[in-house]
Amino acid sequence: MSKIWLIAQREYLTRVRKKSFLIMSLLGPLLTAGIFAVPVLIATLSDKDKVVAVADAGGLFADKLPEAQNDITFKRVSADLPTAKAEFNKAKYDALLYVPKLDIANPDGFQVFSRKGLGMTLQRDIERSVENAVEAQRLKNAGLDQAVLKTMKADVSLKTISLSEDGERSSSTGISTGVAYLCGFLIYMFIFIYGIQIMRGVMEEKTNRIVEVVISSVKPFQLMMGKVLGIAGVGFTQLALWVVLSFGITSAIAGSVSPDKIVQNRVERVNAAAGATATVQAKSTKSEGNEIVKAFKEADLNFGMIAGCFLFYFLGGYLFYGALFGAIGSAVDSETDTQQFMMPVTMPLVLTFVVAQATLTTNPNGQVAFWMSMIPFTSPIAMMMRLPFGGVPMWQLGLSMLLLIAGFLGTIWLAGRIYRVGILMYGKKVTYGELSKWLFYKG
Amino acid sequence: MKPPILEVRDVRKQYAAHTALDGVSLSVPEGSIFGLLGPNGAGKTSLIRIITQITGADTGEVLFRGERLNPSHIGRIGYLPEERGLYKKMKVGEQLMYLAQLKGLSKDEARQKIKGWLERFDIKSWSEKNIEDLSKGMQQKVQFIATVVHEPELVILDEPFSGFDPINANLLKDEILAMRDRGTSIIFSTHRMESVEEMCDHIALINRSRKVLDGPVREVRNAYRAQTYEVEGTGHLMITHPDFEELEQSKRENEHFRVLVKLHAGTTPNDLLRYLIGPGNVEVHAFRELVPSINDIFIRRVRETQPDYVPETDTALA
Repeated sequence: MSKIWLIAQREYLTRVRKKSFLIMSLLGPLLTAGIFAVPVLIATLSDKDKVVAVADAGGLFADKLPEAQNDITFKRVSADLPTAKAEFNKAKYDALLYVPKLDIANPDGFQVFSRKGLGMTLQRDIERSVENAVEAQRLKNAGLDQAVLKTMKADVSLKTISLSEDGERSSSTGISTGVAYLCGFLIYMFIFIYGIQIMRGVMEEKTNRIVEVVISSVKPFQLMMGKVLGIAGVGFTQLALWVVLSFGITSAIAGSVSPDKIVQNRVERVNAAAGATATVQAKSTKSEGNEIVKAFKEADLNFGMIAGCFLFYFLGGYLFYGALFGAIGSAVDSETDTQQFMMPVTMPLVLTFVVAQATLTTNPNGQVAFWMSMIPFTSPIAMMMRLPFGGVPMWQLGLSMLLLIAGFLGTIWLAGRIYRVGILMYGKKVTYGELSKWLFYKG
Repeated sequence: MKPPILEVRDVRKQYAAHTALDGVSLSVPEGSIFGLLGPNGAGKTSLIRIITQITGADTGEVLFRGERLNPSHIGRIGYLPEERGLYKKMKVGEQLMYLAQLKGLSKDEARQKIKGWLERFDIKSWSEKNIEDLSKGMQQKVQFIATVVHEPELVILDEPFSGFDPINANLLKDEILAMRDRGTSIIFSTHRMESVEEMCDHIALINRSRKVLDGPVREVRNAYRAQTYEVEGTGHLMITHPDFEELEQSKRENEHFRVLVKLHAGTTPNDLLRYLIGPGNVEVHAFRELVPSINDIFIRRVRETQPDYVPETDTALA
């Protein structure tokens, strides 16, 4: 046991001290933070106020210009197109909207001029402004007040509640899906990254020819287990670093450009621009933001349980596959030979992830989901993708965990048998038939 | 006589398609250098892997100081495998610490012994260097230290000179002899038989998974004395006596001759000498026994048991 510990220690320390580990540890959270921050940043960056000049020959905006929205402000210029163009050039407006004389029932002939081409968003926003104005005009012509119409608009969002033996529980499909994907993806990624590290480590020892020196001191099984556990430690360290750093970075970014602040900014700007009606809108945006927070609260995800299960399946899945990757590494001489053995090992992993998109998240308690969350090859990912949706009976969870434990004891035994023969086998192309023979060699 | 440090009794090892060891028995005397000789593929490495407990024997047993081999012996045996190497990206000091601890040394013990060995080889300054930054010869020294750092009672060296340059090979030779003099028993495995003749006290010859011959080097040689003598001198030599047979490899140049003479049973070298100088027309300058090399003995022995034997090319060259 102390030798396994010694080996694990070496595996852990040599990897953690590598520069690439440091880089990955820093890059990981930056990427995660990036995923959250980029949309926010893009939103803030495009905040740069765009000014659209309006040449209103048709008198569509006779009463008032469209409200400033999405950081676009409108400015009236001469209704005469050539003069307007001259003004547009002189004042460096971002775009010039020309409203021709129009038939309000059949409006046509709007033109937008710009210097460098319009962005998609800008074009859409201008279009919407024009549409709104036309609608307002039509409503007016029909004798309807826009304010009245607004009061009639309904905005409904469904609150989903899952009914189970424990009673009603409000759930949020959106949040559950998010958590499910996150857990599934993390496990998937870690099994791959660290499984392949085990394989490389074994191959390195084999090509370095140090393996025989080492196994004259320890049992091959101890060497393999030490390696698997040491690298598991590296994985956990990396995960912990990612979680801590991600929180740190995200909250740091959130502090400077929090959605709340952006909403606040916008509220103020809109208030300034358009008075009372806008305040109503802003309030609704704000309440939308609160909705997400509320959804998290109401989702009742039982984060403690999910985190616990995540750690279990994270480790279990890693051990299950890690041993197999180790066996592959021992059976081959070079990376190019690994292909034929990698396939059957990676297939179930990739398959789970693909199937997950199709059925697991849409029908988390169906037949496919049940079986996939029982079979150890797929259960680490599949079960973690079911759990956030709730409704997994305790006996299923327990059975799945037991099967996974049995599974990795099985793969470790299997891998150990292959490993002890493989590491001493040089310059020989190994086939599946040969591998199966190794299983029955006597010690 | 001390009891043997290692005894191998009727060990058999079968791999899927071939038999690696077929009833091999050996006895390695304490404090000697034991040569385990034989061509490639004879089963030497298989036997060593059983002694080092990397694999187990199918049948038969191995006794270490009279005890059946068990994991507690691992720390008392040092092994330099033929396929050897080190972790390239590890520092010399760390690497030796790691390997020494795997052998069961405590941290403090390991640190102390490594320090001693590094000083002994005068390579203390390498301690912080990565293995990959060392030259091949330097790596070999580190490798050797790794083998003996835990001061094993039995050291097994599998083809120890392969890959060593002549300078380091000599260093290694001296170190092996020094170890023997300190009382360490050494098993020396090689297919290059002539390279170890002068070092080994005992030998065992293995061919095709079987032991063909073993014993103290001198006894083995004596048993295979060819009763052949080389005589050099001048004069007109004619051997007509029925007890002496002149072999074909003889050379004559004018007055000078160098002939090989085989004695038939019952005659002694003195009889031959007397016969040579008797007539007085021959002057003997040199007279010595042709001692068979281990390689010759091996081939002879194998031919006796397997008439169709053709030495492998690399054995023949070596």
